[in-house]
Amino acid sequence: MIRAADDDLTIYERSKPGRRAFVAPELDVPKRPAEELLPAELRRAQPARLPEVAEPEIVRHYNRLSKRNFDLDTGFYPLGSCTMKHNPKLHERVAALPGHAKLHPLQDPRGAQGALELMWRLQGALAEIAGLPHVSLQPSAGSHGELAGVLLTRAYHEDRGERRTKVLTPETAHGTNPATVTMAGYEVVKVGTDAHGNVDLDDLRAKADDDVACLMLTNPSTLGLFESGIEEIERIVHGAGATLYYDGANLNAIMGICRPGDMGFDIVHFNLHKSFTQPHGGGGPGAGPIAVSQRIEPFLPRPQVVRREQTDNGSEPFYDLDYDRPKSIGRLRGFQGNYGVFVRSYAYIRSLGAAGLREVSEVAVLNANYLLARLQREGVLEYLPAAHQRLCMHEFVLSGAPMKRELKIKTLDLAKRLLDHGVHPPTVYFPLIVEEALLIEPTETETKETLDHFAEVLAEILREAREDPEIARNAPYTTPVRRLDEAGAARRLVLRQPM
Amino acid sequence: MTSYTSATDADRREMLATIGVASIEELFADIPARLRLDRLPDVDGGLAEQEVYEELRALAERNVSTQDELSFLGAGMYDHYIPALIDSIIMRSEFLTPYTPYQPEISQGGLQAMFEYQTAISELTGLPISNASVYEGPSAVGAAGYVAKFANGRRKFVVSRGVHPHSRETLRTLALGYGMEVVEVPLVDGVTALGDLDADVSAVVVQQPNFLGAVEDLESLASRARDAGALTICACDPLPLALLKTPGECGVDIAVGEGQTLGNRLDFGGPSFGFFATTEALMRRLPGRIAGETRDVDGKRGFVLTLQTREQHIRREKATSNICTSQALNALAGVIYLSWLGRRGIVELAELMLQRTAYARERMHAIEGVHPLHERPVVREFALALDAPVDQVLARCREHHVNPGYPLGREYPEHQDGLLVAITEQRTRADIDRLADVLAAAVAAERYAPKQVPA
Repeated sequence: MIRAADDDLTIYERSKPGRRAFVAPELDVPKRPAEELLPAELRRAQPARLPEVAEPEIVRHYNRLSKRNFDLDTGFYPLGSCTMKHNPKLHERVAALPGHAKLHPLQDPRGAQGALELMWRLQGALAEIAGLPHVSLQPSAGSHGELAGVLLTRAYHEDRGERRTKVLTPETAHGTNPATVTMAGYEVVKVGTDAHGNVDLDDLRAKADDDVACLMLTNPSTLGLFESGIEEIERIVHGAGATLYYDGANLNAIMGICRPGDMGFDIVHFNLHKSFTQPHGGGGPGAGPIAVSQRIEPFLPRPQVVRREQTDNGSEPFYDLDYDRPKSIGRLRGFQGNYGVFVRSYAYIRSLGAAGLREVSEVAVLNANYLLARLQREGVLEYLPAAHQRLCMHEFVLSGAPMKRELKIKTLDLAKRLLDHGVHPPTVYFPLIVEEALLIEPTETETKETLDHFAEVLAEILREAREDPEIARNAPYTTPVRRLDEAGAARRLVLRQPM
Repeated sequence: MTSYTSATDADRREMLATIGVASIEELFADIPARLRLDRLPDVDGGLAEQEVYEELRALAERNVSTQDELSFLGAGMYDHYIPALIDSIIMRSEFLTPYTPYQPEISQGGLQAMFEYQTAISELTGLPISNASVYEGPSAVGAAGYVAKFANGRRKFVVSRGVHPHSRETLRTLALGYGMEVVEVPLVDGVTALGDLDADVSAVVVQQPNFLGAVEDLESLASRARDAGALTICACDPLPLALLKTPGECGVDIAVGEGQTLGNRLDFGGPSFGFFATTEALMRRLPGRIAGETRDVDGKRGFVLTLQTREQHIRREKATSNICTSQALNALAGVIYLSWLGRRGIVELAELMLQRTAYARERMHAIEGVHPLHERPVVREFALALDAPVDQVLARCREHHVNPGYPLGREYPEHQDGLLVAITEQRTRADIDRLADVLAAAVAAERYAPKQVPA
């Protein structure tokens, strides 16, 4: 293990025998010999070597660590495809209310009416936004929703006595799509992209045979472009008897503008941590609810949250968990899903309403197109041209290929230099089909001034690189650590504190 | 304008002019007209912050939380005390609002916390390698199955009925996709009766302590699996692991589990986190993020995401899992909690649970019409059989604001009137005595006539 300076010790390196933060409550029952309750042969040989530290040092340690993180509450975070929009503070307050936070997941539904009603209402709102009649909130994240979706597709086809073997994904898809397809037991078949950044319809036609179970599509695509041929795509896919799956990673562009259900999608997943502002938490938690059409509904995971109308006139409806779903694919996880996330996203929807949701998407798209135009005006696109000369949706892709050629700095160098300017870099090297790609998603919660500043910073970095490319190549300089040896980390694996 | 957007009319005019379009409408020109929504969606809202707060508060009031009754519910999630320092740390914007540490130079806080978390999980499970979290307990069991399938190419899982019903069902759901047969083996006298294992068995899946609270002889189960050339997957409750022989010591290949008990709220079932630890042999098949140590160009220690060639964003259809966003913030709460407990504290907490659970078990067994479902050692949870219809008994207890536990009947028809009772450090002797009194009265009132007792 590498010796660290005192300010970045691990919690284990701060440990000293005899220190403690936890004081156990009093043993208020007659003490039985421990050996009688748990024989020695069932006991571990030595205690887990957890750190020994008192509360002040734990607090100071993690506060110091926190200062070694960049975060969305501090600065611009245009990480494409991740929708890093502001996380309203109200949401943490309501999620922490004891009635939500201290509710046991196996509480009898009679004692969980508030939670079940909230989930039922959230299902209704998501169904309306997707334009599809049924919702399951169960999946834990986007990729979990994808898995649910492909398993639903499998169940749907098998119920009709069909055994299909392939799932189509565009080459622009997120890596989660093909990984999901394999986990669900299908073979991945890639579909190409045409010169305008759309799905190549001829390629799709050629590959959409009756072995195809599903097309997974992100729309707008990861190029930030709306698939203008979506109606034809729908005809081709449904014509082949396959289902159409909507990856909701980019839903932030179209809320209240158009709906996946109206485009003919059978299954949609939402990323509540993207479009519906669950804080990203450094990599979760999230939630990946799915909305489905009538023909997919019988297969939804169980239990489903349902509202039962009472027979007595005037009685309140009863919210319940329905396990009696014989065609269900079954559970995808424990309990009812990430309820704490539902509370936040429901609060968000209630704050915004329909007009607010539409405004979110309008401003997200306005901000992205404005930033693209500003970059043009700054001359940035000379070296970082847009991958496609079109209006974009809520995000857009630039290619760093000319920059690499002419200024001798790579997209990675540009990203690292941005760190010195207090800006989180865009997503880099994705989508894979664009050379030296930068995927930029400003989101609707950023001001025009922030976008102007970002454009100026990019221009400044390019100016600087023209004079001396070494500056960017060796960046960053002002961060807690400088460029890290990732290859070395994978070669000499140290994955835990040695003791 | 919403509270969360800032584009004024003047901004919009200027921005549209810069773009070179006349209206926002034009920006959506690629969307075929037929698909444009010609109305607002039917979603109510537009409320002021205080109105939203009030609505969410009113909904919360309609739930019966562990503050509103004396609860002995467990069965996978437990009402432990969460120290104040956890919220104070995880609510910091620097932990709450960034995403996955794709840029390690500005993400050292999160990455080092992952490394510390991995260390703690490795210590608890006695296995050398931990990832940085998966979604939660049951899906971790499903993910472990996916690892086993590719590790030995066999076609069947043998799953103990002592594994959490949600885990078993999740494993079956996922196995449907990746093409594995799932065979269940029963509990006899409260513990797993493995039976013969043939050469098709990819993995034996057990739980420690099992769903009925019993401590399994994990060492002998793992050894039986190994003899048959199969892997052992064990779902573990992390706090009892403070006392129990570790999965590593017992020869388990993959230890997974529900992390909620480690400093995370109940939250009606999530978000929490799942932990996932394994041997060096299986390390390159792990799902999810893993943080590793390295140096920067100046030789300073730092941390990065590593072994990324397993992951979906690199390997796509050949990835070891599709997982991307997992549960970083919940895992952070987990490592803070474990640091708070510390090396001695976690043992003291587990010993306290052991003693109070033994006391509670003795009190409940002494009730007329209440019998032990098994006599095996337990740490924090035990199972009872009632001579009375359990739902009616629970309803009577609820009138006294006592929730005696989880009725086993739905998931275990063989224990129609079974009851699973969980003890944490938050349930005192006085609480246990109250449970005994209320349960005794309820069972007495609802007791089957002698001839009605199910065989």
